[in-house]
Amino acid sequence: MAVTTYIDAIREGIWEEMEKDESVFILGEDVGIYGGAFKVTKGMLDKFGPMRVIDTPISESAIVGAAIGAALVGMRPVAEMQFIDFISCAFDQIVNFAAKCRYRWGAGVPIVVRGPSGGGVHGGPFHSQNPEAYFFNVPGLKIVCPSTAYDAKGLIKAAIRDPDPVLYFEHKYLYRRIKEDLPAEDFVVPIGKAILRREGEDLSIITYGAMVYKALEAAEALAQMGIDVEVLDLRSILPLDEEAILTTAKKTSKVIVLHEATLTGGPGGEVVARIAEKAFEYLDGPIVRIAPPDTPVPYSPPLEEAFLPQTKDIVEKAKKLAAY
Amino acid sequence: MVERNTMTKNARYVHVPDDETKIRMLHFMKLVREIEDRIEKKLYRQGRIVGGVYVGRGQEAISVGTAIHMEKDDVVAPSHRDMGVFLMRGVTPRRIIAQYMGRRTGLTRGRDGNMHMGDMNYNVIAFVSHLGDNVPVAAGVALAFKQRGQKQVALCYNGEGATSRGDWHEGINFASIHKLPVTFFINNNAYAYSTPIELQMAVKDVAVRAAGYGIPGEVVDGNDILAVYDSGKRAIDLARSGGGPSIVEYKTFRMTGHSAHDDAGYVPPELFDEWKRKDPITRFEKALLEEGALTQARLDEMQRECALIVDDAVEWAEQQPYPAAEEVTKDVYYEGT
Amino acid sequence: MVKPSTSDQYTIAVPEGLELDRTGRLELYYFMALNRKLEERLGLLYRQNKVVGGLYSSLGQEACSVGTAYALERGDFLGPMIRNLGSLLVRGVRPTDVMAQYCARAIGPTRGKDLNVHFGWVERGLIAPISVVGALIPVMAGIALEMKMHSKKQVALTYIGDGGMSTTDFHEGMNFAGVHKLPLILIVENNLWAYSTHVSKQANVVDLAVRAESYGCYGEIVDGNNVLAMLDATRRARARCLAGEGPVMLEAKTFRRKGHAEHDDAGYVPSEQRAEWEKKDPIDAYRRFLVERRVVDSAQEIDEIDAKIVAILESAANEALSAPFPDPSIVTENVYG
Repeated sequence: MAVTTYIDAIREGIWEEMEKDESVFILGEDVGIYGGAFKVTKGMLDKFGPMRVIDTPISESAIVGAAIGAALVGMRPVAEMQFIDFISCAFDQIVNFAAKCRYRWGAGVPIVVRGPSGGGVHGGPFHSQNPEAYFFNVPGLKIVCPSTAYDAKGLIKAAIRDPDPVLYFEHKYLYRRIKEDLPAEDFVVPIGKAILRREGEDLSIITYGAMVYKALEAAEALAQMGIDVEVLDLRSILPLDEEAILTTAKKTSKVIVLHEATLTGGPGGEVVARIAEKAFEYLDGPIVRIAPPDTPVPYSPPLEEAFLPQTKDIVEKAKKLAAY
Repeated sequence: MVERNTMTKNARYVHVPDDETKIRMLHFMKLVREIEDRIEKKLYRQGRIVGGVYVGRGQEAISVGTAIHMEKDDVVAPSHRDMGVFLMRGVTPRRIIAQYMGRRTGLTRGRDGNMHMGDMNYNVIAFVSHLGDNVPVAAGVALAFKQRGQKQVALCYNGEGATSRGDWHEGINFASIHKLPVTFFINNNAYAYSTPIELQMAVKDVAVRAAGYGIPGEVVDGNDILAVYDSGKRAIDLARSGGGPSIVEYKTFRMTGHSAHDDAGYVPPELFDEWKRKDPITRFEKALLEEGALTQARLDEMQRECALIVDDAVEWAEQQPYPAAEEVTKDVYYEGT
Repeated sequence: MVKPSTSDQYTIAVPEGLELDRTGRLELYYFMALNRKLEERLGLLYRQNKVVGGLYSSLGQEACSVGTAYALERGDFLGPMIRNLGSLLVRGVRPTDVMAQYCARAIGPTRGKDLNVHFGWVERGLIAPISVVGALIPVMAGIALEMKMHSKKQVALTYIGDGGMSTTDFHEGMNFAGVHKLPLILIVENNLWAYSTHVSKQANVVDLAVRAESYGCYGEIVDGNNVLAMLDATRRARARCLAGEGPVMLEAKTFRRKGHAEHDDAGYVPSEQRAEWEKKDPIDAYRRFLVERRVVDSAQEIDEIDAKIVAILESAANEALSAPFPDPSIVTENVYG
């Protein structure tokens, strides 16, 4: 066991997979010599060489496209988007090429496209986005958002081993703030499985990514007020763990859906819809969504603070729902 | 910097096919023509095709003269007017027609239409409608070959219109930096739907752009099968020997509309007349007859053979079942097969 | 204090036929010095945690920003990139605006909505960039399109780095501008590094200007550390655009003297390379030029300009730092009109 930060967990996961499987390689901007803008790939160039850790030009479309091509002929590329905000430059390759090959002509595309998402770092509109919604509606893709170091490592391994294209959205705010003891032996976190972070009886918060910590903080505060909160960490956005979602909804009968992607069209709506469709009789109150307002991510601290869901917002809404 | 290679005598070419290869290439060109004529001029108009039809009439030499050099493990990423590639990779006319008819035994099992087909068992990557997308993908295939120290090459085909897309630029730039074993063929047929060259780019030759990537570029008469054969081999050999990518631009003309429903009224009719006189199949047949590599009787026989192959393919395809409704959700993701 | 030139020192070569009076020559110095000192001040503020978010410098590239922007006239449009603060200063943006913007204050031009150079005013001909490099090119091509449509005697000017030339938007934007012969000037600032990626890994050519031909536009290589050369080349480019000759690509050879951003110590840059380019500092060289060519009577005149700048920046910093942060209530304003 070793105490490992979230970012080191990602690095270790990739490193171990590269050691195990020669077909795994990395490509992206500044990933080699520089070790990546956030140092996720630090040391990898020296260890694995320039043919497996490739410094690319500024060409997100080519990065993902080349990953697709190499995957078609048996490689397992891990493409890095320096900031996940730049994934939009590769949108076409992801949704029209990678996502549809298997369905159309039986060719698997086992690629991973990963990068740092999320705000809270004064990054402004183009260094803080949570893009899962853009790809949520594209069958053929998988999307994961780890919140702990354990899941970061387990999910990157699962993503690399997955036969289909996986979008792996790590949260930059968590990189060095989160750490835990990780087992030495190989482990994988299955894609499509949520996990309970806190058990409770009165109210469920369904969430993922960095918001998991805000939910847990709120749960502590609410416990003081006699409200027992259950926190479900989705971990996978596509596919959703519908069983876990319905189980918690049926258990507490009061649900908050919380995420950092903006409100309208965010993945939360799908969670709400499934509960309304399949667990309606169990509900004792309306399902509440908590998400940032429908704006670009603003930059100045008071604006960004107003934008991001805060613990006090969650506590307030939970109190109200609990009292319904 | 840009070499020009126009048709005339055999002596100009480094690589000249032997007679058997010449006949073989002629057969494939004629087969492509027969299949596409049948699809566009007959089946489509009779309502026996599902969806749109895109043919490469007049451009048969390009796919045939280049794909003839492919080795078994090479991988190809064709575009929509490269029927020759499929046939030469071993895809049968039966399955191609079934593909156009949306049947379960077509190459995509009814999942996608017309030329949007591929199969890694034949090392053919299915193209997408987003032209130019196949360029970074082909570069990626070549990257894998280089990483694994393999002697295979990737071939990538696009029209001149596709070269306006950013993916084309990014993919070739990437391939050039890493000297990847991939060759980029440009089928410059002068029109991208209704857009003529001068509205597509401000350069006369796509091959001029090769200099911007530090790679060789060549302009070739795409209606001269021997020029295509020669230039294709030189470019593929360059890639295979570690010399990296190159751009080979074949000048030709789209002897039809963008698709079957397009009457191409925007093309000055004189252009059709001019290029009809340069038809790649007619030219080649004439040359072969003149040099005695072919007799008229054999030629007629070849024509009949092609017609019979296509007759058989159509008959077979029309008996094929459509996919079952339940199949619609299969194979979105890996299902263990 | 201005040390006199030695024989092997980098000197400012005066372009033949350049028309620039004394005021103009001094203004160029003023803006370059303002550019540098403003960025030094921002660096200080960054280390004092007053600058919010990342800080990017154009140290060593001031001649590119200032010389090019100075060639623009009223009505022309400018689209700066992250290392073109100098161009914004030439076009009238005040140091207070810049500092307030970088310090996320309510009085900044975006009122704290976005950071560093991501600001603009359409009515002043300044277009705000986004972080996706290359994206400005098609946008500025669109602005140039409107100029052409309405026969305006104006140009659109924007910048790209050696890294940004690898992007889809660069290719598609320049191709479009070339086809339509738009009055667009693209300044390619080849500063040899895109973050940690040396230009040899970004492109397979040494001179990026060779790509001008790919888009049918005029291309030229310019000494990016010579503000007079940049001014002259841009003026001539402007004249070409106004004569309807289409877009122009100017490749400025220069060097990124600091890291990608403040947090990057750029240890991957060989120290000899850095030392070589320090000797070609654009501002030092221009100072020497002003003294030796007797544009100024003595170095003291230059020192006085420097002192003026320091005072301006002091006042700007005070104003910016005493401004409040934006009120949270504005977070949902202006998403729509």
